Amino acid sequence: MSALDPREELAKRLGLLHVPPVRFDSPHEIQKLLAENDYLSDEAIASVTFLADRLAKPVLVEGPAGTGKTALAQAVADSIGARLIRLQCYEGLDESKALYEWNYRKQLLRIQAGRPEGSAEEWAHLEEDIFAEEFLLTRPLLEAITATDPVVLLIDEVDRVELETEALLLEILSEYQVSIPELGTVRAKQIPMVFLTSNNTRELSEALKRRCLYLYVGYPTIERERDIILARVPGISAVLAEQIAQVVRSLRTLDLKKAPSVSETLDWARTLVVLGREEIGEQDAADTLHILLKYQSDIERATKELLGRSKPVA
Amino acid sequence: MSEHVDAARAVQVIDLSDRALVKSSLAATLVKDGDHLPVFSTAFEVFFANRAFDSVADLMDGVEAQSPEGATGASGPGQAPGEGGGASSSMSAAELADLLFRALREGNRDDLRRAAAEAVTRYAGVEPGRPVGGTYYLYRTLRNLELDALERRLSEASLADQNTSDALAERLSRDEAHARIEQLKSEIEREIRERLVEDRGAEALAKSVRRPLPEDIDVMHANRDEMAQLERALRPLSRKLAVRLARRRRRRRRGPVDLRHTVRRSLSTGGVPIDLRFKPPRPAKPEIIVIADISGSVASFARFTLHLVHAISSQFSKVRSFVFVDGLDEVSQLFEGVDDPAEAVARINAEADVIAFDGHSDYGRAFLTFHERFADQLTKRSTILILGDARNNYHQAHVEVIADLKYRSKAVYWLNPEPTSYWNSGDSIVSQYAPYCERVVECRTLRQLEAFVGELA
Repeated sequence: MSALDPREELAKRLGLLHVPPVRFDSPHEIQKLLAENDYLSDEAIASVTFLADRLAKPVLVEGPAGTGKTALAQAVADSIGARLIRLQCYEGLDESKALYEWNYRKQLLRIQAGRPEGSAEEWAHLEEDIFAEEFLLTRPLLEAITATDPVVLLIDEVDRVELETEALLLEILSEYQVSIPELGTVRAKQIPMVFLTSNNTRELSEALKRRCLYLYVGYPTIERERDIILARVPGISAVLAEQIAQVVRSLRTLDLKKAPSVSETLDWARTLVVLGREEIGEQDAADTLHILLKYQSDIERATKELLGRSKPVA
Repeated sequence: MSEHVDAARAVQVIDLSDRALVKSSLAATLVKDGDHLPVFSTAFEVFFANRAFDSVADLMDGVEAQSPEGATGASGPGQAPGEGGGASSSMSAAELADLLFRALREGNRDDLRRAAAEAVTRYAGVEPGRPVGGTYYLYRTLRNLELDALERRLSEASLADQNTSDALAERLSRDEAHARIEQLKSEIEREIRERLVEDRGAEALAKSVRRPLPEDIDVMHANRDEMAQLERALRPLSRKLAVRLARRRRRRRRGPVDLRHTVRRSLSTGGVPIDLRFKPPRPAKPEIIVIADISGSVASFARFTLHLVHAISSQFSKVRSFVFVDGLDEVSQLFEGVDDPAEAVARINAEADVIAFDGHSDYGRAFLTFHERFADQLTKRSTILILGDARNNYHQAHVEVIADLKYRSKAVYWLNPEPTSYWNSGDSIVSQYAPYCERVVECRTLRQLEAFVGELA
């Protein structure tokens, strides 16, 4: 192959001594590993994760809330025995919370401790000293870069930060490095796996999208949902799991304000198991619908459509 | 460009014989928006149709001259329906229906695929070189299969299996039957597409199946399918717009510098204004008045705009809507206390009293009526949106009314769903109204509409 392998290329740029070994042999292996960690993936999820490893690129995971985007990062971390470093995004997130911050209290202490001498060269020495890594508070992004043990970086709900803050992430996503003005550039000591999740409340910038592989995680197919229920809810019968998956699929075809997510489905399944049900009857469904649906108008509509009743049971 | 490089790198590291893997890898590197995935999927099916395996297999035979079993194995699934073509003619309609029913009943994918292939061979009548679109064949096949009856039979059969018969079980088996029928439909569609690829080649077909993204569909000329797509796209669009606008408003939390307060503050620092004080922000929430033509041709455009404006009504201090054909009626009350603007929009046609005479748009009369009844309620904060193609059926224009509305309000915008090149042709009189409008905007697609409304708030 004439073109350089993307991993080798990146390793060279980062100045790593040797190219980090690939984590997965094939997408099928990923599916198997994730399944062992109770995460039921599908072909798209497995192949994108595989590519992320091989191409050393971050993955942007998009989809409705509660379809297992965050869980995917957790499961990947578990399956390769890595530590998960999580950056929860919110409006107003800034450099000092995402990247690094100078520990100025410690810097002050250092200055005070060295005061008596007070000559010019002392000061120069001191100045060099207080902007050392020792006085740096690492925040998630820097921590992921500087870690020497295997890590998976999760940047959760990236659509919540403002467009301007997004730019903070660009350097780390494409070059795996962070520039600190006083210190220089900190390069990654390894190539971490990076997942970004988004609920798509706003369009992310082209610059960010370009740097990532894209994975859309929608609601699972009925078969996969059933398998997820079976894997995640202990003691559930196959019949019940199948029925739950069916009911949820029907609910999702209704025009609801908020369609039930996978995590709500699991909550519902656990409830029914606790109640000792083997099958869902009409009454059970009516009594427990509020676990799946979070709006009164949704519950009313679902009761009417699915159970053929006009009035919801309080 | 960097996407192409990624895609090329991706296909270097994966197993190319795994079709699903190739598809998801290309999707991951080339598509960056969930809404675009269906379009990608169609394109992929066209360019990497299963049929193409035949020629690849031949190619491999020629170059490497090895493992003919392997090659035919790969082309097996693609060829099977073709070979079955001869046999199927002997199959009666009843037998085919039976095969279909069994395949659907058991939910077996391979059987379903075979049944779909049979159905296409039998009913679609695909003729090589015939210049008709895939939808024509699809329609012919589906009409002959009588899927509605099949769906009913299917749901009854599965209901009979369970010995309960409550409403929930009934609904579930109905949905299950529906899902399987949908699966069959997509199999048939795929089958037809593959045959067309075989006939005409991928390039030619890609041109004919190229479909615009939902937000780029021309609202005036959308067919029923596209309309449904638009309806679906509208809700997330309005939600996104609302979030974006709310965010923008929150970020401008500070008003201009309050000089008096700042000077007072600076006394404590010896007159140096270190601590700037700001006036509280005055959010300029405009009052929106929508006047929409809902006569035949532009009705759907008006509906979308009303929906969008009301969906983000929290961004405006007040939204009032009026609809007209040749009479005018206020419909704001339909939106009050309704969660879902789509519902209210659906009620407009039934409840609004908009036809005074012959049911042909009369802009002049509508504006006159509006002016008579509501002009005194306009303030300098009111922004008026007029929706329509300004095709006045040669009635009187009453331009002076718009001039007065402009004088009384903050601004008048005209949204025209026709392409700019059609303006002022025939009975369109946009240019007569234009001097009294802040701006006349061409608004043919959801994208344009979203951009305009976003600017407004």
